[in-house]
Amino acid sequence: MSSQQQTVDELIRSDYEHGFVTAIESDTVPPGLNESVIRTISAKKNEPEWMLTLRLQAYQHWLTMEHPDWAHVQHPPIDFQAVSYYSAPKRKEDGPQSLDEVDPQLLDAYNKLGIPLEEQKALAGVAVDAVFDSVSVATTFRKNLADVGVIFCSMSEAVQEYPELVQKYLGTVVPYKDNFFACLNAAVFTDGTFVYIPEGVRCPMELSTYFRINEANTGQFERTLIIAEAGSHVSYLEGCTAPMRDENQLHAAVVELIVMDDAKIKYSTVQNWYPGDAEGRGGIYNFVTKRGDCRGARSHISWTQVETGSAITWKYPSCILRGDDSVGEFYSVAVTRGMQQADTGTKMIHLGRNTRSTIVSKGISAGRGQNTYRGLVRMTPRAENARNHSQCDSLLIGDRCGAHTFPYIEVRNPTAKVEHEATTSKIGDDQLFYCRQRGLSEEDAVSMIVNGFCKEVFNELPMEFAVEAQKLLNLTLEGAVG
Amino acid sequence: MLSIKNLHVSIEDKAILKGLNLEIAAGEVHAVMGPNGSGKSTLSHVLAGREGYEITDGEVLFNGEDLLSLEPEQRARLGIFLGMQYPVELPGVNNMTFMRESLNAVRRGRGEAELDAVAFMKRVREKAKLVELDDRLLKRSVNAGFSGGEKKRNEILQMAMLEPQLAILDETDSGLDIDALRVISGGVNALRSPDRSIILITHYQRLLDYIQPDFVHVLVDGRIVRSGDKQLALELEKKGYGWIEEEAAA
Repeated sequence: MSSQQQTVDELIRSDYEHGFVTAIESDTVPPGLNESVIRTISAKKNEPEWMLTLRLQAYQHWLTMEHPDWAHVQHPPIDFQAVSYYSAPKRKEDGPQSLDEVDPQLLDAYNKLGIPLEEQKALAGVAVDAVFDSVSVATTFRKNLADVGVIFCSMSEAVQEYPELVQKYLGTVVPYKDNFFACLNAAVFTDGTFVYIPEGVRCPMELSTYFRINEANTGQFERTLIIAEAGSHVSYLEGCTAPMRDENQLHAAVVELIVMDDAKIKYSTVQNWYPGDAEGRGGIYNFVTKRGDCRGARSHISWTQVETGSAITWKYPSCILRGDDSVGEFYSVAVTRGMQQADTGTKMIHLGRNTRSTIVSKGISAGRGQNTYRGLVRMTPRAENARNHSQCDSLLIGDRCGAHTFPYIEVRNPTAKVEHEATTSKIGDDQLFYCRQRGLSEEDAVSMIVNGFCKEVFNELPMEFAVEAQKLLNLTLEGAVG
Repeated sequence: MLSIKNLHVSIEDKAILKGLNLEIAAGEVHAVMGPNGSGKSTLSHVLAGREGYEITDGEVLFNGEDLLSLEPEQRARLGIFLGMQYPVELPGVNNMTFMRESLNAVRRGRGEAELDAVAFMKRVREKAKLVELDDRLLKRSVNAGFSGGEKKRNEILQMAMLEPQLAILDETDSGLDIDALRVISGGVNALRSPDRSIILITHYQRLLDYIQPDFVHVLVDGRIVRSGDKQLALELEKKGYGWIEEEAAA
């Protein structure tokens, strides 16, 4: 057996480290989707009438839509009636006022993941709005943020406390009619994060949310909305892990970013949901719609993602470059191993003059993983002097995986400039031998080569997140030694 | 230090080495010469532990230890260095980082403390002078976009950093112009020491003008058919390999 083959086999066999289940009592709605389930969700969250109306409109529209089939992924049909659409950890009163009041088991779950809230607060100065099974249970540093006027809270809270902001912006970047999964999300979303940065404010700390799916067969429908007013700046981190389960878990999140004049949002994701077993059973189906609207002049959105988990990833963080001189960036590392399938990329829609976008996509395939980059660069007639540079690199480990690139380029303005570069390479036996001849173990060699491959993207992550991402990547490719 | 006894090696059932014997003592420089396809590169790969070769008979002892049972990285940590004929590119892997990881892996293997960043930098700059390697190449990805000569200099730099007991230099002279050859040979000569042995694998006598070997061996059809001193190489230069091949066949 060649070392490459062994590498592949080890990768397929290595177990998911974060596979454990936390025994927390849940208040779960029985599986199934109909109008009454939506009314129940809305009522449980004590939502105003306009919110319920929005949900029902979305639901009615969703019934007319069909599951999209254009992505380069294969999975059995999803039975949307088998999914439970609401699950909230039970709380004794209105909710914890401090960490002391948070369920110790929940804190323990975070500790197992190596992300203790206390330490993070102390060491990293990160405010954490922890989303645990659909409902926020811990929010920290709220006061410090409130002092500068930053709103950082769960979407449920925002609906109660800042209804005018939510009503003004929700669904304006990703309308419910946008696509099948976004529409489903609009009908049934249970919680998520709301961030509002007032004019001229530089958010004093990095904002972070850890998502975690914990309830068997519970769809996760997160809704995130971030608004950066003129001249403001915020960096938002999102990191995800999930415990091992046999049933496929459906995830259809929607993230909307709105950036006004001279403002910037940096949105970083590390995603490590359960990818399924060796045959691909039980992994998360991750259908995400992420889109940012650069509404203001000189506004700036930067997406960075490290995707190592999920059985299926369907995700295209995009930028609408509406404001003149606005900037969109997309930096991505996507790893597929075992039976994982990823169809991911971005859309850069250039509407304004002198708009610029950069795309750096690094796909790594091992085992029987299938990795697809799908990207759209559209230069509209008004986009004078718009520029795009795209770079899509694929790295193959073993000979049973696949890498695919589907770049769509539409240029309707003669002054626009679009560049696209793509490479495909393979970790070769000769590279591994070279490293080992210099004293490195095969495992260290693989990790060194892979990290080298991803460096451009990791450089874009906030420091502590970059370290975490590198660890995650090493963990993901652990057992690469024959 | 190194003792090769009756070594038989096949690739996919085709015999390449057919009973090779070679004894190398500490501090000696041995040149192994031979025509294309005689098994020179096979010998270097087998000593370094590359996969894809089947050892059908014989043994190799390195300081009394059975070398052939060890993984490539274990051999490297014991002090075996292979300067490659075609050094591999590692895009995105910083040359300096690579050398530091490599050096520390070897040092850990020898039971020595790892070098900290400052001590490492000092040493790497000092050794880089030896092969006149441009500082900028230290900051680039390993061998990525290096010229042929730069790659070979980088190999000798790694050798200088790792301080091996046995260095096998596989066609280090191939593809070098005369200036690069002089620099690289100078680097190798500076690394000669009483406790370091060197095997020079080469096709041409030219290299031996710069690095004077203690012994010259001629490898033909998987066997060492003749051994001698520097004179033997000069004779080969004049007459080619034909006469020895004929003699060996007779």
